[in-house]
Amino acid sequence: MSDAPSPANPAPRGWSPRIVAFFCNWCTYTAADLAGVSRIKYASNTCTIRLMCSGRVDPQFIVEAFAKGADGVLIGGCHPNDCHYAEGNYKCLRRFRMIQRVLGDLGIAQDRLRLEWISAAEGDKVKTVINEMVEKIQKLGPLNMPQRFEEWDREMTELEHSIHQAAVPAEKEISHV
Amino acid sequence: MSKPKIAFYWCASCGGCEETVVDLAEDILGVVEKVDIVLWPVAMDFKYKDVAAMPDKSIFATLLNGAIRSSEQEEMARLLRAKSRYLIAYGSCACTGGIPGLANQFAREDILKFNYEDAPSVVNEAKTRPQLVFEENGRKPHLPELRHVVRTLDQVVDVDYYIPGCPPTPKITKAAVGALLEGRLPPKGAVLAPDIALCEECPRRDSKPTDLAFAEFKRPHQKLIDPQLCLLAQGIVCMGPSTRQGCGAQCISGNMPCTGCFGGTDRVKSQGAKMISSLCSAITAKEEKEIDRVLEGIPDPIGTFYRYSLPRSLLRRKVDL
Repeated sequence: MSDAPSPANPAPRGWSPRIVAFFCNWCTYTAADLAGVSRIKYASNTCTIRLMCSGRVDPQFIVEAFAKGADGVLIGGCHPNDCHYAEGNYKCLRRFRMIQRVLGDLGIAQDRLRLEWISAAEGDKVKTVINEMVEKIQKLGPLNMPQRFEEWDREMTELEHSIHQAAVPAEKEISHV
Repeated sequence: MSKPKIAFYWCASCGGCEETVVDLAEDILGVVEKVDIVLWPVAMDFKYKDVAAMPDKSIFATLLNGAIRSSEQEEMARLLRAKSRYLIAYGSCACTGGIPGLANQFAREDILKFNYEDAPSVVNEAKTRPQLVFEENGRKPHLPELRHVVRTLDQVVDVDYYIPGCPPTPKITKAAVGALLEGRLPPKGAVLAPDIALCEECPRRDSKPTDLAFAEFKRPHQKLIDPQLCLLAQGIVCMGPSTRQGCGAQCISGNMPCTGCFGGTDRVKSQGAKMISSLCSAITAKEEKEIDRVLEGIPDPIGTFYRYSLPRSLLRRKVDL
């Protein structure tokens, strides 16, 4: 295993970003629906999850999406002062600012996580935002955490292998202690 | 009938967990009466090769503390797993990575370079580093290899039970050992501490407002802390809401906030993210700039929210090392 950043690995052929999108039921999801009904074409890289409110986006969801293989996470909510539940989008924004810092500290590029206010009438904005995000992540390359976990753990399988080969386990390695 | 055999072992840890065993005070005599200790490097002289020579599963239980950070620790974890009926992750480091787990923010080379070359107290002009194999007086000693990644015990071998805490309190240790010896065991994989948040048993519980609101965050050294009032109500980050109880709220009784050593409850997937969820949503500010100003009161989010659980967290480690 090397300490070199993995994004240096070229993106595998045929790879295109996978983005998990958490959209609020009242604004952004409706906007995405509008985009569909209006036959607006945009990149097909998002997997949309409808939540009642952007205030429902637990930072655990974001981290888990990345851990399970997402290349990007997009959160869409109502514009400030427009939240169906009055304050949900503000709660989302506050959590977002902190989880952004945490993910930054953990080496995940800022462009992989995005929060946008998109009202129910802004079908066109759904298109712009998603296209932009896909383009940026395309440049960043795959995050592919599951593969990284595997790579990190490879240093262990080597030892396991050598233990199985040794007739008397442990003694030879450890007898100096 | 022979007494059940018990082993204690330590990996990447500070020794605090061993201290808890000693903190059992007179109660330890009762335990020692009932069991045979077959390995306890911190206190008694046993040889690893004697453990290696024992039949598989012949140790009744091994309490292993410390994170797994070197090839030697990994090897001992595997050895003790094979020899023990029950392998118990003892203490925060073994359960969730603990303080050593914070090293997962740095590359191995940076850690070695700092410790052997750059640290202000180091004098090492030849830039000597420990070698895995070297020759000295005709002997060829092997040294363990430092791993790139700090791991929890269950990321290396199968673990039967978890006893959390930094260190675990004598009380939950006694309860867990008692349960083990008497065969009153919960299903495999259980954490042997209550599955409720710390706030429930906090002596300041009644002063916790139902609608917390943070206009600013203060660190404990930045203000005089009221010894009666809920710490969150005083704008101090207290991990109580996202931390498992069982410690008896000792830090809070000492007028210091909870830092989360018992880890999250069973339903929590990522203790830090969960705490961010609960804490940050209650900031009063609505404007981005104003929110950021409040959040500046938490200068080290990883060290605050993932102090004991970075290797256990969903991302485990800084991803671009």
